[in-house]
Amino acid sequence: MTAFTTQQLIDFTYIAAAIGFILALKWLSSPVSAMRGVLVGEIASGIAVLATLFDPQVTHYKWIIIALVIGAAIGVPLGMVKMTAVPQRTALSHAFGALSAAMIGIAEYYVSAPNVPKFEMAEIGLEVIIGSLTVTGSLIAAGKLQEILPQRPITYKGQNFVSLSILSAAIILMVILVFHPEYTYLFPIMVAVALVFGIMLVTPIGGADMPTVISLLNSYAGFSAALLGFVLNSKVLVVAGALDGASGFILSVIMCKAMNRSFTNVLFGAFGQVQAAAAGAAEDRTVRSASAEEAAAILAAANKVVVVPGYGMAVAQAQHKVRELYDSLTKKGIDVKFAIHPVAGRMPGHMNVLLAEADIPYDKLVDMEDINGEFPQTDVALIIGANDVTNPAARTDTSSPIYGMPILDVDKARTVMVIKRSMAVGFAGIDNPLYYMDKTLMLFGDAKGFVGNIVRELTGSGGH
Amino acid sequence: MPADFISSLFVFILAAFLGFEVIKRVSPLLHTPLMSLTNALDAIVVVAAIIIAGRAETRLSTILGLIAVAASFSNMVGGFLITDRMLGMFKTGKAVKKS
Repeated sequence: MTAFTTQQLIDFTYIAAAIGFILALKWLSSPVSAMRGVLVGEIASGIAVLATLFDPQVTHYKWIIIALVIGAAIGVPLGMVKMTAVPQRTALSHAFGALSAAMIGIAEYYVSAPNVPKFEMAEIGLEVIIGSLTVTGSLIAAGKLQEILPQRPITYKGQNFVSLSILSAAIILMVILVFHPEYTYLFPIMVAVALVFGIMLVTPIGGADMPTVISLLNSYAGFSAALLGFVLNSKVLVVAGALDGASGFILSVIMCKAMNRSFTNVLFGAFGQVQAAAAGAAEDRTVRSASAEEAAAILAAANKVVVVPGYGMAVAQAQHKVRELYDSLTKKGIDVKFAIHPVAGRMPGHMNVLLAEADIPYDKLVDMEDINGEFPQTDVALIIGANDVTNPAARTDTSSPIYGMPILDVDKARTVMVIKRSMAVGFAGIDNPLYYMDKTLMLFGDAKGFVGNIVRELTGSGGH
Repeated sequence: MPADFISSLFVFILAAFLGFEVIKRVSPLLHTPLMSLTNALDAIVVVAAIIIAGRAETRLSTILGLIAVAASFSNMVGGFLITDRMLGMFKTGKAVKKS
């Protein structure tokens, strides 16, 4: 038997890499084995990259090494961002991933243009369209999350019609190229149209829908890589792209369910109309407010406290103060848990990462489904910077725009405390009846400052 | 329809199916690290970018390939780095007290 060719050896490392990828995701099922998963992923990717450098097709090294160094120089700071900036970092990485896939697709096209076989042209066209729209879509999403661009949905009349027409135009151009490969000048137009569509796709989407959009862009970035695998007949790309695409798709479905909305509803943004419908409900109702001292006394007398964090906590940078609160309550023997709604924050799982960063043990971070049964036995539900995800109207009021959305049943706790800057409405623009309940105390102020004051009261009054 | 397409489709379907089964089991606690990890794994596109750039068939394909190398390698490095950092933050009650 003859020895393996270099190409075959490289292919073996790709097979090993594919196995590594699957194991990495499998071990992510639990925080205990997750670190091992990442290590396997790193090794798998590392050997695949190293092996590729020995590919006989690679004849020019100098610029590749320079490009790798530049990539690493961009990647390291992007890997070191603060946890609050993770959503925009993630959006940016979707843009980079899609950019890479689109660039390779375009390069492949121009190497063989205009003699591109029909089938390959369709593959390249689809790949480049999805890749390009993901690049601009992700950049817009990152801009919104970084607050360079306005977070509110930007909508205009006939938007869906215009957006869909643009997408159709890109696809029509692709079809023409399949049958008339000699019209090479249509290719850059197709790319440009797809880039414009990406902008149109994400611009109308508001801040609260970001978890869904990020997941969706994740899925697109994955599928564009898988399609590239089809174009280049590279199975390792097909596997990695399929895994990434599947992951983004699953997360999108979870996010949509958590907001009780359909894919089309998020994509073709109907939330603009919702705000107008909700505005009429406001009337003068009284709320009870309390000071930090009173709040601390109630918390100290509790046996079980559930904290409900929302994006407002992240905005106020209050997570470390919340940890201090957790510490001082736990010291008094009070059971403290955190209730995490799937869409709390700006991307899937965002709250968990922020609280874990503040050294709150992850076994205290409880999913919505698991915590909801515990609220009737909870003495105090403390809401910090969350609004719509606690709105009982979603359960009871059929006329409410968020009716049917799964919520955290905080209103079933004995006492509800809400730390809030003012009575302003949440992202969905809807009034929250929770605030007018007799058992609810409003704690008006900045989340970080207010929690700090409660902690001072708790530790000041001392362990008795 | 080329034979390559069928074999790629075969791999795609199996990988997507396996992906669904495996990723379904990922705890919601780790959804952010899941996204950054799949992003880093997806950056394996860099191997295709290296080939395109390394073949140096035309000036355009080389330049586009090099951009792709930098973009995807930044995802690989950054994605693994941040996933590692995030997972390091997830501690149990006991571990938090020790540190």
